[in-house]
Amino acid sequence: MSDAHEPKTETGPAPLHGILAEYATPTEILAASRKIRDAGFSRWDTYTPFPVHGIDKAMGIRMTILPWIVLGAGLCGLATAILLQWWTNAYDYRWLVSGKPFWSIPANVPIMFELTVLFAGLTTLVAMLVLNNLPFPSHPLDHIRRFARSTDDRFFLFVEAADPKFDEDSTKTLLEGTHPHAIENVLEDRKTSDALPVGIIYGLVIMTVASAVPFALAAKARYTLSRSPRIHIIQDMDAQPKYKAQRENPVFSDGRSTRVPDAETVAVGELHEDDHFYRGKDNGAWARTFPPAFRVDEVAMDRGQQRFGIYCTPCHGFGGEGNGMVAKRAEELAQGTWTPPSNLTDARIRNMPVGELFNTITNGIRNMPAYGPQIPTSDRWAIILYLRALERARAATLADLEPAERTGL
Amino acid sequence: MAAATDLNPFVPAPAGDNAFARITDNVSRIAEAERPPRAWYIAFGVALTMLTVFLGAIGWLVWNGIGVWGNQIPVAWAFDIVNFVFWIGIGHAGTLISAILFLLRQSWRTAINRFAEAMTIFAVICAGIFPGIHIGRPWLPYYMMPIPNQMDMWPQFRSPLEWDIFAVSTYATISIVFWYMGMIPDFATFRDRATTFWRRFAYGIVAMGWRGSSRQWHRYERAYLLLAALATPLVLSVHSVVSFDFATAQLPGWHTTIFPPYFVAGAIFGGFAMVVLLAVPARQFFGLKRIIQIKHLELMNKVLIATGLLVGYAYGMEFFVAWYSGNSYEGFTFINRAFGQYYWAYWTMITCNVLAPQLHWFKKIRTSPLATLLIGMVINVGMWFERFVIISTSLARDFLPSSWNYYIPTTIDYLTLGGSFGLFFTLFLLFCRYLPMVAMAEVKSIHPSAHAHAEHH
Repeated sequence: MSDAHEPKTETGPAPLHGILAEYATPTEILAASRKIRDAGFSRWDTYTPFPVHGIDKAMGIRMTILPWIVLGAGLCGLATAILLQWWTNAYDYRWLVSGKPFWSIPANVPIMFELTVLFAGLTTLVAMLVLNNLPFPSHPLDHIRRFARSTDDRFFLFVEAADPKFDEDSTKTLLEGTHPHAIENVLEDRKTSDALPVGIIYGLVIMTVASAVPFALAAKARYTLSRSPRIHIIQDMDAQPKYKAQRENPVFSDGRSTRVPDAETVAVGELHEDDHFYRGKDNGAWARTFPPAFRVDEVAMDRGQQRFGIYCTPCHGFGGEGNGMVAKRAEELAQGTWTPPSNLTDARIRNMPVGELFNTITNGIRNMPAYGPQIPTSDRWAIILYLRALERARAATLADLEPAERTGL
Repeated sequence: MAAATDLNPFVPAPAGDNAFARITDNVSRIAEAERPPRAWYIAFGVALTMLTVFLGAIGWLVWNGIGVWGNQIPVAWAFDIVNFVFWIGIGHAGTLISAILFLLRQSWRTAINRFAEAMTIFAVICAGIFPGIHIGRPWLPYYMMPIPNQMDMWPQFRSPLEWDIFAVSTYATISIVFWYMGMIPDFATFRDRATTFWRRFAYGIVAMGWRGSSRQWHRYERAYLLLAALATPLVLSVHSVVSFDFATAQLPGWHTTIFPPYFVAGAIFGGFAMVVLLAVPARQFFGLKRIIQIKHLELMNKVLIATGLLVGYAYGMEFFVAWYSGNSYEGFTFINRAFGQYYWAYWTMITCNVLAPQLHWFKKIRTSPLATLLIGMVINVGMWFERFVIISTSLARDFLPSSWNYYIPTTIDYLTLGGSFGLFFTLFLLFCRYLPMVAMAEVKSIHPSAHAHAEHH
């Protein structure tokens, strides 16, 4: 029987590791297992190509603790999910999203479930391998030719020589009594060392040390001061190869990015010769009439009302009395830095020349910003037209009404 | 080769010696053959070409930005998310067969579970790519993970999109664990049969020194059962969570409580269609007809009838609820779905998903490999259209008529969709060539001669 393997070393025959018996069917291996179990052996095992039904009982294998380990891992996953979600969203960085509570069970259930399964599932594999002593790279049985069929179609029973009940002759007789197809002595494997190869040990050490480097760098970066910009591998659109307004530019002799028009030139549509229309001046004084270029009619009045509603009411209010939402809020805050907007219906504004009003809208006054850049010129005149109508309405007296209307009041 | 003989202690069982050896031989020789069948080379060439197109289309997208796609406002989710839901749906059959049918003691599953699991993993890989590339800056998907960062911000765990990240990545991880663990005993078989050093070395590494000890089988079986029990609710949860992405939005056509079960049924339906689609050529070209039998195809086709009816019920129920709720927006959405601008997509979906599987009521059709293959293809087309219908038709006609639009995919959209099949089939063909395509140990364990009492002649 021992022709299937060569001696493992030059220094005499290797000691006996155990005895291997081969069977052809599950029935035979079950019967043999019962016999060995009843004989009181402890260091023995059977090797089968698939899990043979009933062999646990025939061999006296006790229930594994694996399910308890998996349960523990699952509970760890659950606890991790609860803590993770509570700590990040409800404690460390409270972030209100669509009015959802910072911490509520229903919204956090899906991730609790997923992490429970993830932890339990990974643990199942790892615990199965660890409990089974895997990976197990080399085994004396690997040198037995017939044993390779243990993963194909044959059933093996192996009793270790280290078993306290083991005795080469009597164990062999016992095994022969189970009618194996073959029986064979297995010698200790002297060729293969139990120790890990030196290369693998060095490799593991180097990898362990190297894997700590990124963490060390991250820790260093966290606790030291750096004045250089942070590393940004993909720049997105942070750096754009163009010159922005007001920036220095070495290309031009004046060193400015923003170019000035050539002297004595005017851009198309920017001549603005009409002093009355564009600046509200009539012969050097504030104009008291609307400019001829602006047509006073119903259309302009409606336009003015609409633009007034958009641009002026936030501060001046719909009635122009200086009680818009912004003004009210500023008074409420009472910070002491607020200049209240003018009441546009009082006598001072009512008597102000339209040219001066135009200038105020265009360039701003006190803390009122310039609206020239935002509101087209004709719209500014339209706003003034509407404002004049508003003032007239505010200053109305009983005499302004038709006699018939007076009685109705 | 003397060295090879020395290396390979395998003594092959005499031909016809026993059923176990025949199973081992039938499955192992696929991976051991000097060269695979010619059909494999042709298929692999096509798949690699499509994969190249896929990578090219993604590269073009990353370089230029999302504008190369047809996505617009209001159809901001289009092919990207349609493909994601399509692939993740396909990825449901594998674990369903492995886990749920295992718990239900449906032993016929052992013939198909291994490559159904492989299919699951490859489909999940395809699926995972789409949300990654659709975020606009595909180098920043780690924003979705709870990693401490320089912004001192955390992900928003109350969002279904965040649940999705956890559900899909957990599903991918557990599916791989399940698949790998199932393969350990089969890797050991490959290792023990290996005739070259590299085969023995590579399969030896992945087999981890498995020798089939009964004490190890005991823990292994317990672990397998636990994984099946864990994976079962996981399968049902993943597509439910995917459906939350839609169901928790307020958009008519998305905002429905039927979505989680409806999506899960659709996923099982589409996944089984993909399994039969792969099983038919696999058994044909790799000589697995004795292991994957007509009986198995027939059983899977019956599952297709059942899930097809479930999906059809969901389509009908959506219309019923749209009417019964009295919500005019909901009503409009569904009338628009069937008779609006995307009517062609809707009726393609109905034809492929509801009508086509009804052919399987005829025994002649459901036991014909060719008909199985064709109907499997048709259902896959239908399931893709289902996601397109749900996503695009609802978005294209949202609340504001002024923003209504018609989604037109670009060439890059089509290339990305087609290319994703290249990735899937490349991985699948490599799997067929190098890994145990059928769970040998499991098939042996359900063979009549594996039961001790059957031995008493």
